[in-house]
Amino acid sequence: MTREAYWVLVWRQFCKHKLALAGLAVIGVMAIMAVLAAWVGRYSPTAYDLEAMLQPPSPAHWFGTDELGRDVWARMVHGTRVSLQIGFVAVGIYVAVGILLGALAGYYGGWVDLWISRLIEVMYCFPTFFLILAVLAFVGPSIYNIMIVIGLTSWPGIARLVRGEFLKLRSQDFVQASIAAGAGDIRVMFRHLLPNALAPVLVSATFGVASAILVESSLSYLGFGVPPYVPTWGSILSQAQEFMDIAWWLTLSPGLAIFITITAFNLVGEGLRDAIDPRLRV
Amino acid sequence: MAPLLDLRDLKVYFPVSRGVIFRRHVGIVRAVDGVSFAIAPGETLGLVGESGCGKSTVARAILRLVSPTAGEILWDGEDLARAPAAVMRRRRRDLQMIFQDPYASLNPRMTVGDIVAEPLKTFRLAQGKALKEEVQRLMHLVGLNPRYIRRYPHEFSGGQRQRIGIARALALRPRLIVADEPVSALDVSIQAQILNLLMDLRQQFGLTYLFISHDLAVVRHVSNRIAVMYLGKIMEIAEADEIMAQPLHPYTQVLLSAVPIPDPVAERERRRIVAKGDLPSPLNPPAGCPFHTRCPFVMPHCKTTEPPLKEYNAAHLVACHLMELPREQLPSAYVDVRVTPAHV
Repeated sequence: MTREAYWVLVWRQFCKHKLALAGLAVIGVMAIMAVLAAWVGRYSPTAYDLEAMLQPPSPAHWFGTDELGRDVWARMVHGTRVSLQIGFVAVGIYVAVGILLGALAGYYGGWVDLWISRLIEVMYCFPTFFLILAVLAFVGPSIYNIMIVIGLTSWPGIARLVRGEFLKLRSQDFVQASIAAGAGDIRVMFRHLLPNALAPVLVSATFGVASAILVESSLSYLGFGVPPYVPTWGSILSQAQEFMDIAWWLTLSPGLAIFITITAFNLVGEGLRDAIDPRLRV
Repeated sequence: MAPLLDLRDLKVYFPVSRGVIFRRHVGIVRAVDGVSFAIAPGETLGLVGESGCGKSTVARAILRLVSPTAGEILWDGEDLARAPAAVMRRRRRDLQMIFQDPYASLNPRMTVGDIVAEPLKTFRLAQGKALKEEVQRLMHLVGLNPRYIRRYPHEFSGGQRQRIGIARALALRPRLIVADEPVSALDVSIQAQILNLLMDLRQQFGLTYLFISHDLAVVRHVSNRIAVMYLGKIMEIAEADEIMAQPLHPYTQVLLSAVPIPDPVAERERRRIVAKGDLPSPLNPPAGCPFHTRCPFVMPHCKTTEPPLKEYNAAHLVACHLMELPREQLPSAYVDVRVTPAHV
C-alpha cells in the first residue's frame, strides 16, 4: 500500500463527489470576494446617489441600485464578508465549546458527564432561534453579538457528538496502551481521542456554517440582526420588501445569494460525510 | 528470591446496573475473584484459561487500567493497588503491556515513529535527534525496517503491527511485560516469529513476563510456570513441565486434552477428558467449586464446598476436592490422564 495519511484518503473520496467539489468552488469564490470586497464591489456599499435611485441592473450598476441609490452589487459583496464571518466565527466558537464540554463528559464520565449531559438536554429544550432573538433583544444588535450568541447557544449538538465519540474511543486498546505508557489526561484527550473524533465534528461544523448564515439572515431580516447601515444579505432583503413590486432585483440578489451559499455548504458537508464513512476506509 | 510481582487475593468486581434515571444494581460480575500468584525476576509465568475467565482483567488490574476492588498488587514490596495516581505514573516505567489485537492497539492517526516514541516523550527521556535515533533502534530491535518510521499502522501486516506494539512496550526498558494474548490474533505462521522475538528479548534484557493465552501449547512453549484460571479463580499452578506431565485439576486435563498431538496414531488412541456444557456466567457463578457444573469427576460435596488452593507439593498448587481422596478411590479415567499425558 502506498504511503498516505488519513486526510489524503478523505480528500480523494471527496473529489469523487462532483457536486461537493462544485460547492467547495462556490465557497472559495465567495471567500475571495469577501476578502477583496473593496475592489470587487466597485462602489462603496454605503455611498448614497440620490440621482440613481431604484435603478434596474445595468452596466454601471450590475445588480441595480436601492431606494437610496446605493449599488446593490457592492452591498451584496460586502454582505458576503459579513455572512461568511458570522458563519465561520460563530461555528468556531460553538465547536470549541462543544468539543471542550463533550470531551470532559466523555472522558471523565461519572458526575462530570451527568451534569454536562443534563446541561445539553436543557439547551436542547430551548428553541434556539427564539433564544437567540431574546438574548439579542437584551444585548443589542451588532455582528459581534450575533456571532457570540449563536456560538454560545448552538454547541449542544457538537458536545453530544464528541461525548459519544470519546465514550466509544476511551475503551479502545490504543488509548489504554497510551495510559499504560504514562500519558496524562490532556495527552490522551488531545493526541489520541480528539484526532479520531474530529471527522464527524468537521461534517457537523460544515452544516453548522450554513445554518449560522441562515440564522443571521433571518435575524437581520426581522430587524434584530445588524444595525441598518451594515450591509448583510438579511438586511438587504429586509429593506427590499417595501419595493418588492417595483424593484425585483432588490429581493432576487440576496435571496439567490443565501440560497446558493447554503446549498454550497450543505453539499460540501454531505460530500465530507460520505468521504469519512468508515466503510470506505482502506 | 523475593518476587518481583506478588498478587495477593486480587479481586476485580464490575457492578452491573440497569435503568437511566432509577439506576438499580442487577448484580456484580466477579471477573477476578481472589487471585494470588507471584512472579520471580526473570521468570515467565503463563496464565491460561478460556475466554471470559478473567485473564485479561488480571492483566489490566496489574497495570491499573481497571481499579482492583480488593487485594494487593505488590511490586517490589510496594502495593500498587492502592498507590496514588502520581506514584502509579512513575511505576508505569517498569510495567508495560502488549495487547492482543494489533489493529485496535495502535492509534490509526499516528505514525509508527510517534507511537513508539510516545512512552519516551511522556517520561521526557529523549527528544529531537536522540529521540528519533532511539525509536529507530527500537524498530530495528523488533525486526522492523527503521525506514518505515513515518508510515501509518494501516500500512503494515498483523505481525508487523504486533512488532510495533512490542517496540512501544520496550521503549521504557520495563522490568515486567504483561503480554495479553500477544499472538492469538495472528496467523499460525506468524505466531512462531513473534514468540521467538519475545523469547529473544527476554534473554537480551532479562525481562520478566506474565504471558496470557487461551492456548496451552503456546503458553507451554514460553513459560517457566503455568497458572490455570477458571471463572476468576486460579485452579492449578505449577512448573510448566510438571503441569504437563502431571495435570492434577480436571480442568487442566480438559485443556490438555484439547491440544492436538502431532502423531495421528497417538491422537486416535488417546483418552480425552471433555468438559460438559458451557462456561457459566460470571454474573451468577455456581456455588461450591466453580468448575463443578462441567467437571467429569464431580462429587456431591463439590456442589456445596469450594476447594481451597492447596499444596500438592512445594511447587504445585491445586484447588480440587479429588486431592483429599486416597489414591485407590480416584476415578480410573482421572488417574489414566494423570499418569499418561506427557505428549504435548
